Amino acid sequence: MPSLKDLKNRIASVKATQKITKAMKMVAAAKLRRAQEAAEAARPYSQRMSAVLSNIAAAVGSDDSAPRLMTGNGQNQTHLLVVCTAERGLCGGFNSQIARFARDHVRKLLAEGKTVKIVCVGKKGFDILRREFASLIIDRVDLREVKKIGFENADQIGKKIISLFEKNEFDVCTLFYSEFKSVISQVPTALQLIPAAVPAGAEQTDAAAAIYEYEPDAGEILNDLIPRNISVQVFRALLENVAGEMGAKMSAMDNATRNAGDMINKLTLSYNRQRQAQITKELIEIISGAEAL
Amino acid sequence: MADFNFELVSPERLLLSERVSEVVLPATEGEMTVMANHAPVMTTIKPGIVTVKAVDGQVTRYVVFGGFADILPTGCTLLAESAVPVSEMDAKQIEKRIDATKSELDANSHSDEHKTRLESFLAELTQLNEIVVAF
Repeated sequence: MPSLKDLKNRIASVKATQKITKAMKMVAAAKLRRAQEAAEAARPYSQRMSAVLSNIAAAVGSDDSAPRLMTGNGQNQTHLLVVCTAERGLCGGFNSQIARFARDHVRKLLAEGKTVKIVCVGKKGFDILRREFASLIIDRVDLREVKKIGFENADQIGKKIISLFEKNEFDVCTLFYSEFKSVISQVPTALQLIPAAVPAGAEQTDAAAAIYEYEPDAGEILNDLIPRNISVQVFRALLENVAGEMGAKMSAMDNATRNAGDMINKLTLSYNRQRQAQITKELIEIISGAEAL
Repeated sequence: MADFNFELVSPERLLLSERVSEVVLPATEGEMTVMANHAPVMTTIKPGIVTVKAVDGQVTRYVVFGGFADILPTGCTLLAESAVPVSEMDAKQIEKRIDATKSELDANSHSDEHKTRLESFLAELTQLNEIVVAF
């Protein structure tokens, strides 16, 4: 049985922890709002981009002139997985969810006899995947110093992927990130970057699409567009990740605050009980002492 | 004068969406002026300056680094990789890009095609730098 003093210390320490988790929750809520705004602001660009892309892809058709980034190099042997996770922990199952999803994917590919290479974006995913696939990780991107993710960060990753592809380091590239569904639900998602899956697009609803003039010709624009589209996809994934991380952190910290509250209640109850018991004991001692006289 | 809807979008946000009467774009194959009822054109953009003339005649200039434009008779959308109003631009940003491109070129591990593209990008940047400094 812990003494009264022990209990008192315990309560004080849990209270301090509760204060911290409460503050973290509020910080996460503020950051979540900002992350959501950023994701929202980035939406028009990626929407227009995919609209234009599907337009052009339809114009170019699937002949041999289509860029290699879109058609792939015809092989399916070496897979590059780009796994995006958060830089920090304390956000519930957010990081392990993505890592587990990627790990299952890696195991499946390895079982099929494929070669797998991994690029980690974010420290947490690297820490988890390193335990099992240390030899497969060829690179990692550290965004720890980055306060607000800008397009340049995504562009660097996109360029890295493309230059690896040009050196024939891999055949198929898949991006792993967490899609932000709502504050309490983030779904790990795999997105194939190369060969680029061109959005099918609405079947050329506006007649104008058919009489577009291209300058330079459509093929060249497509060559320019596809790498850009890869960067945009990475950018979108990173933004979704940030929003998801903050959402997960918020609910994790909310849970922690509530648990700490429960614990304080329980501890206070047993503290009071013990105090009462002690008082009763002292009274009995005094009374029985007086009776003996 | 007839006006049309012009949108300037960067990956981070929608920079501008308003009715304008005239836009000058630094297209890859030469500058072009877009006015209302332009034929549908899709073109890539090189680093340069976009001049936007609003309906009331006010002129704003933006520095863009590559991108592409989607022109329709009813409007024009410019998807820029990065766009900054000239007034907020300083030469250092361009110089930083020039240095980055140079070092990428020096890394010397690219295909010839990629190299050519980098070189022309560098030339365009240098030219842009001179223009901005002149402003």
